[in-house]
Amino acid sequence: MAEHIELDIDGRRVAVPTGVTVAAAIAHAMVDTLGSGVITRRSVSGALRGPLCGMGVCQECRVTINGRAHRLACQTPIAAGMRIETATDCGAPT
Amino acid sequence: MTQGALPDVVVIGAGIVGAACAHELAAHGLSVQVVDRAGIGTGTTAAGMGHLVVMDDTPAEFALSAWSRQLWLALAPRLLAKHAFVRCGTVWAAADEEEMAAARVRQHALQVQGIACSMLDAAQLHEAEPALREGLAGGMIVPDDAVVYAPSAAAWLLAQPVAGRIEMRADAQAVAIERHGVRLADGTTVAAGAVLVANGLDATALLAGLPLVPKKGHLLITDRYPGLVRHQILELGYIKSAHQSSGTSVAFNVQPRPTGQLLIGSSRQFDTTDPAVEPAVLARMLRRASQFMPGLPALNALRAWTGFRPATQDGLPLIGPALPGSSSHRSTWLAVGHEGLGVTTALGTARLIAAQMLGQAAPIDAAPYLPARLGSLDNESAPHG
Ligand SMILES: Cc1cc2nc3c(=O)[nH]c(=O)nc-3n(C[C@H](O)[C@H](O)[C@H](O)COP(=O)(O)OP(=O)(O)OC[C@H]3O[C@@H](n4cnc5c(N)ncnc54)[C@H](O)[C@@H]3O)c2cc1C
Ligand code: FES
Repeated sequence: MAEHIELDIDGRRVAVPTGVTVAAAIAHAMVDTLGSGVITRRSVSGALRGPLCGMGVCQECRVTINGRAHRLACQTPIAAGMRIETATDCGAPT
Repeated sequence: MTQGALPDVVVIGAGIVGAACAHELAAHGLSVQVVDRAGIGTGTTAAGMGHLVVMDDTPAEFALSAWSRQLWLALAPRLLAKHAFVRCGTVWAAADEEEMAAARVRQHALQVQGIACSMLDAAQLHEAEPALREGLAGGMIVPDDAVVYAPSAAAWLLAQPVAGRIEMRADAQAVAIERHGVRLADGTTVAAGAVLVANGLDATALLAGLPLVPKKGHLLITDRYPGLVRHQILELGYIKSAHQSSGTSVAFNVQPRPTGQLLIGSSRQFDTTDPAVEPAVLARMLRRASQFMPGLPALNALRAWTGFRPATQDGLPLIGPALPGSSSHRSTWLAVGHEGLGVTTALGTARLIAAQMLGQAAPIDAAPYLPARLGSLDNESAPHG
């Protein structure tokens, strides 16, 4: 079984398999609230958005990591203790 | 205007200045034909910052910018979200005691002339703008300054229902002013009772000898960081930089967009017409900005671009009749040369030009902006021309 590390997503402590991206970690954390949907950011008009391309091009997966806004979740590997903020509150769309 | 009838005025250029003038003339019942070689607000107007700011380096600059800002504030309730009008105020940051002393003098002068304006000590500055670095001496706040998205405001001005009529023609380049009107690149002539030249820097191609020079500027826009910056912030040293007449200068100038994006300026360069973004100038500009906002290097930049301010020798626009003999149409008028303040001063300019063309009185003295003042400068060669 894969090893897990703990990080903080929208104020929730979650354990995710090591070696995955932040985008995968968010999917993992949101699976109970959103089913298969993943939400990362809000568009300028307020619409909820999630990862699309998975390869650093579309910019839809931007989240705040350790206080720094607009980091690409699909291009950032997780690290223990990371603090990740998405456009949703505790993984649930508002 | 009815089909085939002669327009009263043909306005060359649909930048913020031409659009404001066309709007004002039509509001007085005139029929106005606007021609632009590209489209509405695609020239310098598209490149600028749209800060609506009272500037007071000279009494004439103050009179036009303060009055124009009032006109914008009066217009604002009718604007829509897409015009991005926000009365965010201006914070002028003082780096040291010397700038603080200069700010006190300015604050007093503005206050006396009826502009709301107060001093900020170091703690108040920090409270107003926490993203600024610690250790600044303080500053000055002008709460009624605002920002607007000028290209969409220009389109709005041209589209307003008014007593007269405005007809807008894009893709129509004026190549010459003739006895009866304006000749276009397609060989046709737009005949009109009067010609208003409002095509910014390119006016020099229609009226030879017009003393306008380009002052290049760089701007950069970031990703969205809502709440990080609340007012348009400038360093007090900006004025020194803005009025320099040679070389390259940079000053800290940041504007919060309603989207949360930050627009960062500014640079001034002479003797170039190359629109390319110059990495060295951009880097210098951003280093300057980072000295005031230490968190700036960590922000995501989206795009940088340049624009050319249409500058005159004395820093004031040319508003009024063209010099006698400089044009073949006997009723040729100018509204050009607004340099780095043309979005602000467009509305006052429009009132001044309409008053002159219609022989009415204007609320401020038009003399400092009359093109005729340059007659006396004719023999001097323009320092940057
Ligand atoms: C970097 C930068 C920052 C700025 N920041 C501010 C600011 O914060 N606040 C402020 O008030 N001002 C600012 N300005 C200044 C402001 O943008 C200009 O003063 C203003 O846009 C000038 O408007 P205009 O209508 O005279 O010229 P333009 O916008 O250049 O309009 C001229 C129009 O004429 C058309 N044209 C040209 N030649 C012809 C022809 N032969 N026939 C037909 N059409 C023609 C062009 O297509 C264009 O649409 C800034 C400028 C720059 C470059
Ligand atoms: S999902 Fe497209 S950039 Fe990350």
